[in-house]
Amino acid sequence: MATIEVDGRRYAVDGQDNLLQACLTLGLDLPYFCWHPALGSVGACRQCAVKQYRDAEDTQGTLVMACMTPAADGTRLSLEDDEARAFRAGVIEWLMVHHPHDCPVCAEGGHCHLQDMTVMTGHHRRRYRFRKRTHRNQYLGPFIAHEMNRCITCYRCVRFYRDYAGGTDLGAFGAGDNVYFGRHREGVLESAFAGNLTEVCPTGVFTDRTHAERYTRKWDLQFAPGICHQCAVGCNTSPGERHGEIRRIENRYHGEVNRFFLCDRGRFGYDYVNRADRPRRPEWRGESAEPLVLDVDAALDRGAEALRRARRVIGIGSPRASLEGNHQLCDLVGEANFSTGIAAREQDCLARMRRLNRDAGLPTPTLRDVESHDAVLVLGEDLIASAARLGLAVRQAVLGRRAALAAARDIPAWNAEAVMTLAQDARHPLFIAYPTATGLDDIAEQCLHLAPEDIARLGFAVAHAIDPAAPAVDGLDARTRAQAERIAAALLAARRPLVIGGGSLESPALVEAAGNVARALATRERRGGLTLVRREANGTGVELLGGRPLEWALDVLDEGAADAVVVLENDLYQRLPRERVDRALAAARTVIVLDHQRTPTWERAHLGLPAASFAEGDGTLVSLEGRAQRFYAVFEPRYHRPETRIHPGWRWLLALGASLERRAVPEVALDAVTRDCARRHPALAGIVEVVPGAEARVDGLKLARQPHRYSGRTALRADLDVSEPRPPQDPDTPFTFSMEGYAGHERPRREVPFAWAPGWNSPQAWNKFTDEVGGHLRGGDPGVRLLAPAADVGDHVDAIPPPFTPCADEWRLVVLPRLFGGEETSSRSAPIQARAAPATLRLAAEDARRLDAEEGDRLRVETARACVALPLHVDATLPRGLVAIPAGVAAALASGERAWLTAAPEAGEASP
Amino acid sequence: MSGSTPAFVALAAAMAQALAILVGVVLLAAVMTVVERRLLGLWQDRHGPNRVGPAGSLQLVADMIKILFKEDWIPPFADRPLFVLAPVIAMASLLLSFMIIPLTPTWGVADWHIGLLFFFAMAGINVYAVLLGGWSSGNKYALLGAMRATAQTLSYEVFMGLSLMGVVALAGSFNLREIVAAQQGLWFIVPQFLGFCTFLVAGVAVTHRHPFDQPEAEQELADGYHIEYSGMKFGMFFIGEYIGMVLVSALIVTLFFGGWLGPWLPPFAWFALKTGALLVLFVLLRAALPRPRHDHVMSFGWRVCLPLTLINLLVTGAAILWLSPATD
Amino acid sequence: MWTSLIPATWSQLRTLGMVFRHAFRRRETVNYPDEAVYLPPRFRGRIVLTRDPDGEERCVACNLCAVACPVDCIALEKGEAEDGRWYPSSFRINFSRCIYCGLCEEACPTSAIQLTPDFEMSEYRRQDLVYEKEDLLIDGPGKDHDYHFYKVAGLAIAGKDKGEARDEKPPRDVRTLLP
Repeated sequence: MATIEVDGRRYAVDGQDNLLQACLTLGLDLPYFCWHPALGSVGACRQCAVKQYRDAEDTQGTLVMACMTPAADGTRLSLEDDEARAFRAGVIEWLMVHHPHDCPVCAEGGHCHLQDMTVMTGHHRRRYRFRKRTHRNQYLGPFIAHEMNRCITCYRCVRFYRDYAGGTDLGAFGAGDNVYFGRHREGVLESAFAGNLTEVCPTGVFTDRTHAERYTRKWDLQFAPGICHQCAVGCNTSPGERHGEIRRIENRYHGEVNRFFLCDRGRFGYDYVNRADRPRRPEWRGESAEPLVLDVDAALDRGAEALRRARRVIGIGSPRASLEGNHQLCDLVGEANFSTGIAAREQDCLARMRRLNRDAGLPTPTLRDVESHDAVLVLGEDLIASAARLGLAVRQAVLGRRAALAAARDIPAWNAEAVMTLAQDARHPLFIAYPTATGLDDIAEQCLHLAPEDIARLGFAVAHAIDPAAPAVDGLDARTRAQAERIAAALLAARRPLVIGGGSLESPALVEAAGNVARALATRERRGGLTLVRREANGTGVELLGGRPLEWALDVLDEGAADAVVVLENDLYQRLPRERVDRALAAARTVIVLDHQRTPTWERAHLGLPAASFAEGDGTLVSLEGRAQRFYAVFEPRYHRPETRIHPGWRWLLALGASLERRAVPEVALDAVTRDCARRHPALAGIVEVVPGAEARVDGLKLARQPHRYSGRTALRADLDVSEPRPPQDPDTPFTFSMEGYAGHERPRREVPFAWAPGWNSPQAWNKFTDEVGGHLRGGDPGVRLLAPAADVGDHVDAIPPPFTPCADEWRLVVLPRLFGGEETSSRSAPIQARAAPATLRLAAEDARRLDAEEGDRLRVETARACVALPLHVDATLPRGLVAIPAGVAAALASGERAWLTAAPEAGEASP
Repeated sequence: MSGSTPAFVALAAAMAQALAILVGVVLLAAVMTVVERRLLGLWQDRHGPNRVGPAGSLQLVADMIKILFKEDWIPPFADRPLFVLAPVIAMASLLLSFMIIPLTPTWGVADWHIGLLFFFAMAGINVYAVLLGGWSSGNKYALLGAMRATAQTLSYEVFMGLSLMGVVALAGSFNLREIVAAQQGLWFIVPQFLGFCTFLVAGVAVTHRHPFDQPEAEQELADGYHIEYSGMKFGMFFIGEYIGMVLVSALIVTLFFGGWLGPWLPPFAWFALKTGALLVLFVLLRAALPRPRHDHVMSFGWRVCLPLTLINLLVTGAAILWLSPATD
Repeated sequence: MWTSLIPATWSQLRTLGMVFRHAFRRRETVNYPDEAVYLPPRFRGRIVLTRDPDGEERCVACNLCAVACPVDCIALEKGEAEDGRWYPSSFRINFSRCIYCGLCEEACPTSAIQLTPDFEMSEYRRQDLVYEKEDLLIDGPGKDHDYHFYKVAGLAIAGKDKGEARDEKPPRDVRTLLP
């Protein structure tokens, strides 16, 4: 700790910080541009100038840049000094010299850091009479819009994009007052984290293009604390709604998970909740082909009547639905009839991962904690594709060597440029074993491109090399053995090694291999970590809830042992082959589907009930680190579209259960369902502590979902009825659907729908909500961890698969996760569809040559269950004998299957 | 035929006369509602109601139609019998008072020796209208208004009576015809100027006219004692107020301005002119003066007006004694 | 109280006299609608959306009017034309809520929204007081005859490329390091 004196007042601050961090942590308003909590200081913008005094006698003082000055003990400084103020106002005036006078047509307006800082310094009149420098803009893809004239050359964009996120295709060009930030030529920004530029850029150079079409100022959006549903990492988001549509997603600060950044799938993949074809009213498909639109009571009556006639009702849950929904379904059909809705292979992996989280001896680090590991082994995961935000954290862990080297030379960690120059290419070791190239290869010490079995064998070998008690791998070739020993040595040399595995390749052996490495490290007493990647948002949670795999449910229906099925927010066709699902659904006399998307499964439903997506409903999800988190409804759909009958899945199921027993539908709030779920499933007992409870208040107030400037309240729906209805009431949460309620930053709270503080409209306002800049939310970070390792380490697994050997005429199929288009719901969003690379089939060069196929030729890949034709992409890194297709192309094709390849007719020429 | 006996003819004539006066007074009060609004408009540089009929002449008809067809609502929490009774008292007591006013040497309903005392009696009863109306409404504003009205009326009636004792002493009679006759030479406004002043103030106060409209005080009490009244019940209170205005004007004319006395014109014309002028004065008071605070009203009544009337009475008595020839 | 009785009485009588003399003054009110009312040009009445001197919509859907509105009676949505212009794809004013304070006009950076000297907007149905964009948009520039936002702002639109706005140099060539 250090004591500094600011304008005559003494404060205790962290001596490791610089003065800017210290001042912002203290809640003092000091303008800045180039500094960012996650990117450190470079002293480029000269905006945070303060007066520093040598000692008590010094009355003259010196102007210093607060971001480049350590908060040493005894520092005396003044923010209010006239000279410092004049200097800061002057800097803003220079920065604004070329600014294009287009705030009214700038998508950043209203949450612009440059606007905030301009107001803060008091600059309000342009004195520069000469002509402005202008630039041309670039097309940067479907996510990011570019407007270079607004640039103030703070360099934050390239520092984030290149130094932090590892992108290569955005750079600074030119010199002097001709600095240009863009690509060397127009084109899609390649990084999976390009969306963060919209928040990193302090002004409107990079803005959210997906938001542009239905643009709404930040002050007009209604926010709720959201949890990203697009993968299992559990990033916190702030979805903003206007006119009954989600208009944009912003990062919501979570001190342990996503902190300042999101991946582009999470940020831009929201559009599926706005689809025009979403089911909004219950639909009944009887004899006629056209569905009959029903009201709630009629739908419940028909549903209950159908279920009453059924001999046995099967419930199929979903890893993309909330715990409450799954629990309520389990409650409706009984545990003996409940399926998780996850295919058997994936569920097997999930179960193994859960067991490993308990008995592998290593804890699962949070994303923030991942960054403090100093050696990483990734087995069978392309993190940028399967859990992108985790990949970004791993990148920081690997780059963490810089900070370690700097610390040895007494260079403060925030001095970004010095730290980078010192470290050059020195990195912590990262080993990746994956069938093909991954997004982290550029910083990996070694990338091993292997078939899944060989990756597993490598993992088992590493475990054996670390701990001889672990089973040895038979028939290991010398090269693999050497690689394993090298990896083992690196992990053992590390203070905190991290093992990352997961179910992306659907290989149980791979999961167990990661487990063995973790156990081996645990026995060697390393403070390591084990992160196991799950595919879907609530996969971890549903597995903890328990239930049979999807195949079992379809079998029961097939056999006629059950004649009714209730499917919750699950498109079965995404998981199992079409014929299999068709057969089972045809066998059922009653199919009830609850979903927020018009999926093929919905089209097969006799009764379809429109469920709420994350935008309209509340619920609890469990992320891959075992963190149970609550997401909150952003808006009430009936307010803007009175004819809609969308309700959260759990409420539909509760009502259906009551109708089944001919009871009146009870008034049950979400908290009661959560409590019931926790009581019934001991593994989930912790989720009751996730929520503040619907009765929580701040100073007696509910919490506001809308900023206090929210406009148009008396005109928004005046076209429907000039008499305004009462704002929708929310009995399930402590939030209101209005600006009435607490929205400030003084009172600590965990659930913050949006960050705003007086004078701070941009995302930089999060600094007002944290205990220190880049620290934790002052009210505590949301969520409760459910998975913790047991004291005793379990035994090593010795089910080591045989090595993979390529066959002459058949291939082994691997389905590779992909960030854009590889996930069910987000790939229904238009921007993601526009961004997704066209699906290709990948083969090793040698295999392609053998098939006499060239890049771009259409090939047909066929397995025992299905086939699909895709253009060929020759992949130099892929091992021989494998054929790789991206996820989300054909559900029936699963990793590990045998496949045959034939030339397919061109897409244009249909078969005769 | 017994029907044509002179007594019967006289009775019939008297009844016709009474009826004519009754209708005349009520009509005059009704017309005053419109006249007042036009006058207020005039003094406030506005036009006043001028949309119904030529120059707004049919405004009264429109108002009558409106008020007669309004829903006559009795709140469920009201004390029904008293609630209905109050406006009846309000209107009846004031109308009855008009009995004693002699319009011309020949016109007038009753010619009683107790004349003036009857007016005091009726004015006393009128308090009940306000009190009962306010109380039976079951509304706090109504009750507050009624209490203010009661306090105010009681206070001002004390010196209202006393202020007229000078006139009575000068005329030597309570009979209004004799009082008029006694002003043949000189109107009592001259010898009884102080009496006139205090009676004018008391008269305005007793009829709850501006600036003494404490019981109604829209801004504070949201219409005071008749807040819960609607339809024709409200109309009776409303018209009652204007009848009170006409009554007090007529009384002042009779007591201080020589009633029907005057040259050239017929007696009724003089009476009507003088009454009309005073009615205009009433409206002018409303147009010009702000409403004082309730405690100021009370303290003005007790600490200024009452002593003034007492002084007036003493001086008048002394003067009469001084001027009257010694009897022995 | 007694000492002030005479002057107070005089004051009241004087008041009566002064008020009475108003009977002979000119009427301040006019017999609307028989006589037309004079409205000064800056009268704050019915709100309109104006066009720039080229006849294009001035409103750029920046939402500043909506956020300035103290009764929240303005709601609009941004649209983007082919040429890059921002425009309101819908613009709604609920005149049953409007208090004609003029803050929207003050907030407007493009002189698009203006209050006009017209108050004759009564309707029998409140719903008819909800004005949509087609009810608000007029064909002229209103009170501000010259202002043309896109000629000033740096955003490129059809017919006005980068560097062609007021006080702008032609776009820089990034590939040269020459000054």
